[in-house]
Amino acid sequence: MDILSLFVVIPVVTVIAIMFAKNLEQTRWISATGMLIQLGLAAFLVFSYLHERNMGNTAHWLFTYDTVWFSSLNIHYTVGVDGISVAMIALTSIVVFAGIFASWEMKYLSREFFISLIMLASGVFGFFISLDLFTMFLFYEVAVIPMYLLIGIWGSGPKEYSAMKLTLMLMGGSALIMVGLLGIYFNSDPTGAMNFTFNLNEIAERGIPIEAQRFFFPMTFLGFGVLGALFPFHTWSPDGHASAPTAVSMLHAGVLMKLGGYGAFRVAIYLMPQAAHEQAWIFIILTAVSVVYGAFGAIVQKDLKYINAYSSVSHCGLVLFAILMMNQTALNGAVIQMISHGLMTALFFALIGMIYGRTHTRLINEMGGLMKIIPFLGVVYVIAGLASLGLPGLSGFVAEMTIFVGAYQHTDTFHRVVTIMATTSIVVTAVYILRVVGILLLGPVRNEHHFSLTDAVWWERLSTLTLLVAIAAIGIAPLWLSDMINFSLKPIVERIVAIL
Amino acid sequence: MTNYSYTLLIPLIPLTIFLLTGLSGHRFKPIYSGLAGTMGLTMAAFLSYITAIRYFFIDGPVNGMYPQIKAISTVWLRFTDTLHIDMGILIDPISVMMLVVVTTVSLMAHIYSLGYMKGERGFARFYSFLSLFSFSMLGLVLATNIFQMYIFWELVGVSSFLLIGFYYEKPSAVAASKKAFIVTRFADLGFLIGILMLSFTTDTFDFISLTSSTGPAIASSAGTAFMGLSVISWALILIFIGGAGKSAMFPLHIWLPDAMEGPTPVSALIHAATMVVAGVYLVARLFPAYALTAPDALHVVAWVGGFSSLFAAVIALTQIDIKRVLAFSTMSQIGYMMMALGVSGYGDHEGLGYMASMFHLFTHAMFKALLFLGAGSIIHAVHSNNMTDMGGLRKYLPITHITFLIACLTIAGIPPLSGFWSKDEILAAALHHNPVLFAIGFGVAGLTAFYMFRLYYNIFWGHDRHYHHTPHESPLVMTIPLMFLALAAIFSGFLPFSHMVTSDLKPFEAHTDLAVAIPSVLIALAGIGVATVMYRKPNTLPDRLASSIKVLYTASLRKFWIDEIYQFVTKKILFAGVSRPIAWFDRHVIDATMNLVGWVVVTTSSKIKGFQSGQVQQYAAVFISSVILLVLVFVYLFSN
Amino acid sequence: MMTQGIPLYYFLIISTLMFFIGVFGFLTRRNLITMLMSIELVLNSVNINFVAFNSYLVPHRMQGQFFSLIVIAVAAAEAAVAIAIIINIYRNFRSIETDKVNEMKY
Repeated sequence: MDILSLFVVIPVVTVIAIMFAKNLEQTRWISATGMLIQLGLAAFLVFSYLHERNMGNTAHWLFTYDTVWFSSLNIHYTVGVDGISVAMIALTSIVVFAGIFASWEMKYLSREFFISLIMLASGVFGFFISLDLFTMFLFYEVAVIPMYLLIGIWGSGPKEYSAMKLTLMLMGGSALIMVGLLGIYFNSDPTGAMNFTFNLNEIAERGIPIEAQRFFFPMTFLGFGVLGALFPFHTWSPDGHASAPTAVSMLHAGVLMKLGGYGAFRVAIYLMPQAAHEQAWIFIILTAVSVVYGAFGAIVQKDLKYINAYSSVSHCGLVLFAILMMNQTALNGAVIQMISHGLMTALFFALIGMIYGRTHTRLINEMGGLMKIIPFLGVVYVIAGLASLGLPGLSGFVAEMTIFVGAYQHTDTFHRVVTIMATTSIVVTAVYILRVVGILLLGPVRNEHHFSLTDAVWWERLSTLTLLVAIAAIGIAPLWLSDMINFSLKPIVERIVAIL
Repeated sequence: MTNYSYTLLIPLIPLTIFLLTGLSGHRFKPIYSGLAGTMGLTMAAFLSYITAIRYFFIDGPVNGMYPQIKAISTVWLRFTDTLHIDMGILIDPISVMMLVVVTTVSLMAHIYSLGYMKGERGFARFYSFLSLFSFSMLGLVLATNIFQMYIFWELVGVSSFLLIGFYYEKPSAVAASKKAFIVTRFADLGFLIGILMLSFTTDTFDFISLTSSTGPAIASSAGTAFMGLSVISWALILIFIGGAGKSAMFPLHIWLPDAMEGPTPVSALIHAATMVVAGVYLVARLFPAYALTAPDALHVVAWVGGFSSLFAAVIALTQIDIKRVLAFSTMSQIGYMMMALGVSGYGDHEGLGYMASMFHLFTHAMFKALLFLGAGSIIHAVHSNNMTDMGGLRKYLPITHITFLIACLTIAGIPPLSGFWSKDEILAAALHHNPVLFAIGFGVAGLTAFYMFRLYYNIFWGHDRHYHHTPHESPLVMTIPLMFLALAAIFSGFLPFSHMVTSDLKPFEAHTDLAVAIPSVLIALAGIGVATVMYRKPNTLPDRLASSIKVLYTASLRKFWIDEIYQFVTKKILFAGVSRPIAWFDRHVIDATMNLVGWVVVTTSSKIKGFQSGQVQQYAAVFISSVILLVLVFVYLFSN
Repeated sequence: MMTQGIPLYYFLIISTLMFFIGVFGFLTRRNLITMLMSIELVLNSVNINFVAFNSYLVPHRMQGQFFSLIVIAVAAAEAAVAIAIIINIYRNFRSIETDKVNEMKY
């Protein structure tokens, strides 16, 4: 079996193993082992990918495997990775691994919880390895649907409402994506021989007629944009994240929202560059609004999860913003930002879950001075905050700077203005991060019940440190990641430039 | 050429100490962290001195020009083929000078804190933060390119944030740290946009090519104009905004007085001697670009500097908190340095202002650190920051008294102390360039002398106050840095700066201009004289004077209400005017629209659900009538 | 043949009448048994049609008659099933009125 299919198989095997687990303890350990293997496999994938590149393998897609799945419609199971998908797979396995440990104490229907969680993960992995649009969409749905159960059953607060809202809005996005994909499929043969294909590369080589692009680009982009929390279709994010259990928030904000950015790039921009070039300005405005709007929206929120959700709107807006800039530097920044934001926001949600588990409130003004009581969580929270506001040495800085430098390569006034607008978000981000840190962690202890809280236990430390190490590693030595992504972006960008 | 790659150790030693003490400091006795930090800084300082001696005195100028050496350079992040952030070490006169300043003051602060911070909770944390700061500041001064500088610029910002908020259980400290970070962050936005503009125009981040007089920056200066200024001018003005934020120039100065919430050694190190002069250093780094391509930007620098120095001096006249007096004095002196840069030209004697600015930066670091550490020693003795709680302390704190007096005389500009030499050069440069700025500088010199001696007399003379216990001199570990810095403050004025640090890297001869020197000493003496009359012995003169110019006095005491203006802008406009409406809009318009879609679907379906009544016959009736209808339709359609 | 002299449309009129009587009964009667009887009327009207057309169109073949036999057989089976259902409904609801048995709704 090829190495990439293992990424789908291992979660499925883990899920089957969990079905035979007898108690919580076994469930936990089976999940943890499965995801540890997955993490190891991801590390192996990264190393073998880099090794192949060092050996001088310049093929765009590595580790490809192709088999016919449904021949009459020309649907294949085609997998393969380039630098971008390798990076996304690494991100996913880190977040899932951390997520398992963050939900170590999930006692209610624990088997079912871990099964849904890992099923979701397998969908995400499948999405990132697929080169066939149909398979890609299939895995996309596999990733999105379990979210409803995870929030509806294990959530808190108005969980049914939030789960319904989140699922329906994402399904609305899916519907657009499906129409878009079918449109791409039926326009994938410009020769008129009805020899349609779902294969990403073949479509890109053949090209899609510009009239079709004009119609299907906005659909596809918007469809993926909903998942990427594009203004004004972002409102599922605050409610959904606030109701979701810790690990689900982590996975959702950390990984699932990246499906939006990744899909928008891989499908909408890559396959339909002319229409993207024509219509980019509309979406650039929307994303620039997302960036600033999310940041300002976060300033006045009182619930920790809402703050983080709005912050995600802002940061994911930056991802889409960079994708629409359509030059190599900005796209590179977009991918790094996806990874960086995935790690940061997962860390935030993990910490919020841990704090909530102790204080039983998420309202910041009911807490205060926690740094003194739970120093480990406090320090990690501060570091996560600093990463979020773009402190050099942590991943956020690398991503944001690459995006800004990339966006600034456009010389016209429109791009200049929106870029400068987007850069202002770094100040606003500093305001809301420091506000939370100031109220939540510093100052005197507000609630005397909190004096008896205990600091993080080992699985919480493991979960947060895994993410923290990844954030710091990218922040301190970004070159290998950036070069890996750049290598794969180069032919894509060159092709786009050649077409335009 | 000498190999300077060992200079990599200078920032790396503090970084190692930071990681060690930060990760495992709490496992050991706190004093070990302190000792480790101090040892590390001693090594770094030692290496810096060796570097300075080798660079200036052993190697000296090559072909009459100091070389700019990239000791180390490695690509850190690649943006495009030409634009990449390098991490490296640049050795040139100003970076070597800054190495000496930073490591010296930092070492003094480290040693001093062993006594000052003794027994504090978080002693180990304090030292690890100090090491982090030293690392970042050293990385900043050694940066080979503007983006590396920006990176360390942010890192010094965050270390400053952490150290101001060191007493994190105190709400005022938390607020001050937050304010410092956000205000400088706001300024850094300007810096960032400036970098983007500059790098896009010149296609490089590298300082050597940006400032080389034949480089792309200069060549492309005739770029498109926007509102009458070239792109390069705009870029450099924006970069200056970043510098103004860090260096507390008007109107971005508001964080500096509040930053005094931090422990006093931190104020001495970060908010007097090193981090706050980063803005001056930044402008000096890019000075050839400013001087050769954007004289407009340089005018901005000069006027902002001049105005800030006057503004801060006026506020310093009335402050009660001794650390705040010193903070405003710092702002005023940095304004001096900025002004000197702004009035400077490029090359030879034209570059006198540049040399003077760097000279003043050096001497100021020494005497201002001394003042702050002295103030720390006083606060340590009387447990208060307010000069109203002090008086007659010269008997109790002899060493502090003498060193503080030396520092006051130095800052007032009394020859032959170091402050005189550097201030004299600044005034001389200003006189050549712009008489108005000279007048401002001249007036500020008098004001400086006055408020420093007001401070001095209020602390050390006058009546004894009611002290909780008899104030006693600080331990040796605190007074040794005072004495060392006092020596530095006295003698650093004799360094031949015009032979070492110049705008075009070529040494030149500078002469003391008696036409400037004599009046400036006279006005300093006048300031001291007035202060002596008013504050040497308790009398009613200050109060009467204050009530006779009530409006001015209140304005100065309330710092011209700048804080209140900021409060208004942030609380009323940004919070209440932007954020809250956005949050409301999000909940009640955008989200409501989504909910409306859901509501429409639900309502429609509940309206039409009556069709499924459960009555079989009703279904059949619909079915049959529809069939009949269809039959009729088809008959109609196909009959003809 | 027996039908000689009787025009086809006589049969068709009868069967149409029976059909609509059956439909009318099915739609208006609330009693399930009566509704079942109405269905039988409808089915039998179809049978008449089958037989009538058979003997007018293809008298030498018997398809129509066989078909009506099948319909009768199916109708018997259907009646058996329907009555079983009706009995069960009666046990559950103590009524065989259709407007009482309307659980299967929104």
